[in-house]
Amino acid sequence: MLRIEPRESPSRWWTLGVPIASALLALLLAAIPLAFAGANIFEGYRQMAKGIFGSTFAFTEMLTRATPLIFTGLAVTLAFRAKLWNIGAEGQLYLGAMAAVIVGTGMIDAPPFILIPIILLAGASAGAVGMAGPAYLKTRFGADEVVTTLLLNFIILIFLQMMLEGPLKDPMGMGWPQSKPIVDDGILPQLLPRMRVHAGLIIALLAAVIAHIMLSKTVWGLKLRAVGENAAAALHAGIKVKRTIIGAAIVSGALAGLAGVGEVTGLRGYLTTDLSPGYGYTGIVVAMLAGLSPIGVVISALFIASIFVGADSMSRAMGVSSYLADLVVAMSLICVLVGGFVARYRITRTGKGDV
Amino acid sequence: MVQGRIYPALFTMEKTSVLSLNNLSKRFGSVLANDAINLTLKQGEVLALLGENGAGKTTLMNMLFGHYVPDSGSIDVADETGKMHPLTLGHPQAALDAGIGMVHQHFTLAENLSSLDNILLGSESLFSWRHKRKKARKKITAIMQRTGLSAPLDEKIGQLSVGERQRVEILKALYHDAKILVLDEPTAVLTPNEADTLFENIAAMTREGLSVIFISHKLHEVLAFSQRIVVLRHGKLVGEIITADANERKIAQMMVGADTPATPRQAMPPGAPVLDLKSLTIKGENTRNSLYDADLCIHSHEIVGIAGVSGNGQSALARVISGLITPNSGSISMNGEKLTRFTPPAMLKAGVGRIPEDRHHDGIIGAMSVSENLIIERLSDSDVQTYGFLKQHNIATHAKELCAAYDVRGPGIESAVRLLSGGNIQKLILARVFESSPHLILANQPTRGLDLGAAGEVARRLLEARRDGAGILLISEDLDEVLALADRVFVIHNGHLTIAHNKDRTTIGLMMAGEKAC
Repeated sequence: MLRIEPRESPSRWWTLGVPIASALLALLLAAIPLAFAGANIFEGYRQMAKGIFGSTFAFTEMLTRATPLIFTGLAVTLAFRAKLWNIGAEGQLYLGAMAAVIVGTGMIDAPPFILIPIILLAGASAGAVGMAGPAYLKTRFGADEVVTTLLLNFIILIFLQMMLEGPLKDPMGMGWPQSKPIVDDGILPQLLPRMRVHAGLIIALLAAVIAHIMLSKTVWGLKLRAVGENAAAALHAGIKVKRTIIGAAIVSGALAGLAGVGEVTGLRGYLTTDLSPGYGYTGIVVAMLAGLSPIGVVISALFIASIFVGADSMSRAMGVSSYLADLVVAMSLICVLVGGFVARYRITRTGKGDV
Repeated sequence: MVQGRIYPALFTMEKTSVLSLNNLSKRFGSVLANDAINLTLKQGEVLALLGENGAGKTTLMNMLFGHYVPDSGSIDVADETGKMHPLTLGHPQAALDAGIGMVHQHFTLAENLSSLDNILLGSESLFSWRHKRKKARKKITAIMQRTGLSAPLDEKIGQLSVGERQRVEILKALYHDAKILVLDEPTAVLTPNEADTLFENIAAMTREGLSVIFISHKLHEVLAFSQRIVVLRHGKLVGEIITADANERKIAQMMVGADTPATPRQAMPPGAPVLDLKSLTIKGENTRNSLYDADLCIHSHEIVGIAGVSGNGQSALARVISGLITPNSGSISMNGEKLTRFTPPAMLKAGVGRIPEDRHHDGIIGAMSVSENLIIERLSDSDVQTYGFLKQHNIATHAKELCAAYDVRGPGIESAVRLLSGGNIQKLILARVFESSPHLILANQPTRGLDLGAAGEVARRLLEARRDGAGILLISEDLDEVLALADRVFVIHNGHLTIAHNKDRTTIGLMMAGEKAC
């Protein structure tokens, strides 16, 4: 028989070591499907590494991939720290992208240093509204935000399809369901010539630093953590719990909205329904892998982006399925969850029959 | 033993022992929950186990049932022939096999299964379950006929009344061939009529040879339905009396003790009124959370104690003064000003310091640091923050000072509060409350679960606050504590507050049990 009991104090080594160990373990476990696919395992890893570090272009591609993941990872982190289970970053991302397209395709004519902040603000606000709704329903009626935010993702995506077939449709788009392109003054500048990595990365890194400061150095962050850790005690201590939850929701939604803005104005230039390959959902993995720490989100977003980009290049070079990347990402999440459990609980063997 | 009388052998052996607890002791940390308890149960007897909350009744029964392993002592149970055998300790299955059945205060039934399935659950293998149903139904019907316990076997538990659910629990124990039945506060959840039915059933069962241990607070029930009464206090068995020789006054005296501990309290004239409750009514979902027409005035330099068995409206009183609920009618004034808003911040602003009953649930945020927990009630103060940014240096210095002043010991001010011991957590809460020099202090069960040292510290701090001019509302189940600290004592019973005109333990004990003071 096994007995499971909580550790009195999860050691620092465990809390730091678990995410790293699980990331490595997930990479190691990737060898199994790779072998099944009939590929040379070592060649596979080599191609993967080459796809990430092999050239400046490869590396900047990884950074480009990481940009939206940092935003959605931060969005999930802030919400989860308040025990607000925002599964709707994907939908909020599209709301942000839609708002960017609405204000950024000719509605406002202004120089970049005015237009870009306006677009960012519009996208953040749209995302914030998208999460404020479920948070209000939760605090007012006790509606489970897991359900509402998750289902809202589909509603928003279908709404987007409708908009792209209707009011937002580009008349010059040859009939494709896509929006008009963002005007030149609204495009986020490239960071390096001929590379796709854009200023969205700088904004994302800035957001991570600001989120870290807000969470650990401000009253707002202290209240958010208090509500997340023990809402009853927070209420007893005079913290306005509902207001705090809605505040967390607004910031979380805004960050997810910025992910959409970055993709539209920094990378694609126009909006389609395949803007995000599930960045909102992957943001959950990023946040969990980071142990819900904003700075950790940057690192884990880079890791996850590396897996995606590396697996892409591997699949091209070796003819194995690129779904391997999803597999590794999913496995690393499972490893983190199991690792987190091991870090928090001690499992001891007891004599037979003992309960 | 499936058909016919369940207890044929026992039936012929009237008045022999079926159970004996020998020198059972159990210690939790520094608290001795049970101190060398000796107890025997006779066959066919109803034994009442009386005691205040925390007296050790539940611990004792949990040891009997194998949930806890005693630190020392042994338990002997009679088999069918009446021969005593030692019980393997710490194994619920062994207790079940020996014929000990327990009906908890909170039922352990699956709501979406039928009564019959609930009775079978746990005793029959799941694979052969369907085949055994018929046989089981026959056996249960026979038990129902003999004892008068009736419950609809095919209805889902969720549709049954509380009384019916309890009968299912008892049937479950009897189906397991229980010879000894432990009922933990069986009438707490029942209406008076249901309670009467229960006692008739118990009488029928004991005629069949069953022995019953009956845990209760209610003196009149105990007097009417038991044959022998055993009283526990502070983990010790302090009295045993044949019910025929007992009366309410005698039992109340045994429960609360006759000794008055020395009070280190100086006499002090009360000052101006601090808190004034006028016909305050709170209608909770049941009587446990309700308060009816309460009038209470607490002055500066005064400790008012509220004595009572838990679940009689204390939580309603505490929650309204903490700002967690709004009263349905009546008024609350602080320092002569009538309160209009009932929220925790409004109460803090009015000068109420709150020591919550469940310190882990309401008092602290376990995952956050000691220093953060110390400032959590005053996040808008200018020494804690400027423009929303925490003044980390001030907060750390403040935490160090408070921890030193209130002797809060732990791994450090930046470590999580959850790592502190119960006593140190309570000291942290005291530090937070007393630091703001509140006009009124609500101390709800302030020493519950604390060892003597920490409890003494709490009492000393409360008396200090009284000296410095605070009014204190002390809610406690520990009558000794109330009598030692309070200037005036009120008794709360079924949501009604009644003043105790003198601090006579027996009178208060009777009032706590809902009897009119004589």
